[in-house]
Amino acid sequence: MNQIHHPMARYLRPGKEVTTSCPGCGEGIIAHSVLRAIDALGMDIDGFTFVCGIGCAGWIPSPYFAADTLHTTHGRPVAFATGVKLAMPDRQVMVISGDGDLTAIGGNHLIHAARRNLDITVLCVNNRIYGMTGGQVAPTTPASIRTTTTPSGNEEPAFDLCRLVEGAGATFVARWTTAHPRQLTRAISQALQHRGFAFLEVMSQCPVHYGKLSREGRATDSLDFFRNQAVRRNQAARMQPGELAERFVVGTLVGEEDIA
Amino acid sequence: MSEQGAVRTGRYFMQGNEACAEGALAAGCRFFAGYPITPATEIAEHMAGRLPGVGGVFIQMEDEISSMASVIGASWTGVLSMTATSGPGISLMQENLGYAVATETPCVIVDVQRGGPSTGIPAVPFQGDMVQVRRGSHGEYEAVAFAPASAQEMFDLTILAFNTAERLRTPVFLLADAAVGHMREIVEIPAADSIERLRRTLPDAEADPYAIKGFLDPDVAPMPVFGRGHKAHVTGSCHDAYGMRNVVDAQALDTFVRVLAAKIRRRTRELAVIETGNTADAQVILVGYGLVGRAAQAISLQARAAGLPVGWIRPVTVWPFPDQELREHCAAARNVVIMENNLGQMAPYFQALLKDQLVWSLPPQILGTLHHPDYIMSHIEEMLK
Repeated sequence: MNQIHHPMARYLRPGKEVTTSCPGCGEGIIAHSVLRAIDALGMDIDGFTFVCGIGCAGWIPSPYFAADTLHTTHGRPVAFATGVKLAMPDRQVMVISGDGDLTAIGGNHLIHAARRNLDITVLCVNNRIYGMTGGQVAPTTPASIRTTTTPSGNEEPAFDLCRLVEGAGATFVARWTTAHPRQLTRAISQALQHRGFAFLEVMSQCPVHYGKLSREGRATDSLDFFRNQAVRRNQAARMQPGELAERFVVGTLVGEEDIA
Repeated sequence: MSEQGAVRTGRYFMQGNEACAEGALAAGCRFFAGYPITPATEIAEHMAGRLPGVGGVFIQMEDEISSMASVIGASWTGVLSMTATSGPGISLMQENLGYAVATETPCVIVDVQRGGPSTGIPAVPFQGDMVQVRRGSHGEYEAVAFAPASAQEMFDLTILAFNTAERLRTPVFLLADAAVGHMREIVEIPAADSIERLRRTLPDAEADPYAIKGFLDPDVAPMPVFGRGHKAHVTGSCHDAYGMRNVVDAQALDTFVRVLAAKIRRRTRELAVIETGNTADAQVILVGYGLVGRAAQAISLQARAAGLPVGWIRPVTVWPFPDQELREHCAAARNVVIMENNLGQMAPYFQALLKDQLVWSLPPQILGTLHHPDYIMSHIEEMLK
């Protein structure tokens, strides 16, 4: 019988094809989009250094991607990536990590790398919660959502990550969701070709923690939410601020015109 | 990267911090990341001026956490890298120092110590971080640290620190203080070709990336640096010899901790650098490290001139604690006086080592200053009664 190989399997470490993600997690979609983008660009994965932090999203490249990988301390991948990129400017340096890692404990490194316009790509998997530790509130958790550390509902507003890095000076910023894998893949391709600091926010479902605690529901419910609440940049420009409440803008927000 | 101009051979009247920077350049350091802090800032300033001219990279980071992180990132590209700071910065670096130990990343950290705790007093010399660099990061590990006593040693020991870091694939500390960093003395920089420069071993360029044992060898594994197709997997999580994570197995943790520790512990003797004088027949031995070691030596010689049987020891290697050498040199003495510019951070290690002798912990009368000779002499006379 002929063996069927996944088209992206050649970019994975042998023996590391089984994911540790929870059932329904969005990380598989994101990993796939990253590898498809690299494949479509004809880039050599050995030309990359992947840098990731602590948390679920850090396990997208580590240990699965068959490339140099620096799995750092919590919150610090952008700072480690700064050293790698400056000492080896010809290499592609891509940070893949979560919202808690990059924007709570690591927020300072993120904004300073954006300010420096450091030529790296940062992909932030935003699942709106701390998943690996079991569902605690994050700076990206929407207001009023119940988590294990906000049992009466979150009293704080959430960060708009794209506006944060735009304000800090990022020269390419895009937001997509796991409900938009083709657009996401194209945005990753754009980011990898961008010279300067490129930031990608990917809204991703966490049915085991966020979906359950927020009552958003199963993975498919979150994907429906992403599809229904996402507003394209040009649409958003025509909407009143009130209409944009609880919705989020997707597309290329800073940089070349959206190609999708 | 360019070697031209990196070694400024000659004889200079030079500040300790500048000598440290020149030592780093002479050793081959080509990456510096840091954050301004008194009394270490001159090292960063000097590197900022010098590194671009020798093909190196200088960056001022947003804090000491990221400074340490980018130093480690740069080291994984194969470049010799360093940072310099003082106590408050050392506190912030502890997190990623543990990462450097766990991932066997060679790098050099200069701690120009100042008065603490907390913000303390920035330009007053102090020896307050002696144990923090040994035990400050969480978990179980071994540290390597040298304590310079002069501007010349700021140069020489920075080179030794890089060579040790490269040879053992581990972070190495230079434990200076505000006085040694800011003093100006004669510094001799030797000819470039007379400077020993050790480098980490690398795996074969053609090696099967999945067969490289790049971690956890007590004899120091080859370092699968980035950019050579090794598909290195570098993690601060517990891992095996291939760098692959294992966070479920206590046996894996046992190996991870023991091998990393053994790599340093087995070399305690060869890492020991220690200066001594008149110890063979001494009834009192004055021990001091760093600048205090010079005071110990001077007071010991003053006592000898007065006919008193006093010797001195200056441990240059502070960690790993050079226990065998210290025991040998202290063997004859009934009294061993540990002079430290703190309230006795290293003294307990001496007291645990020298169980048959009287070990005295003796801070200066005023912390942040050197021990006054009269003060020490009065103690010596008391001990010899």
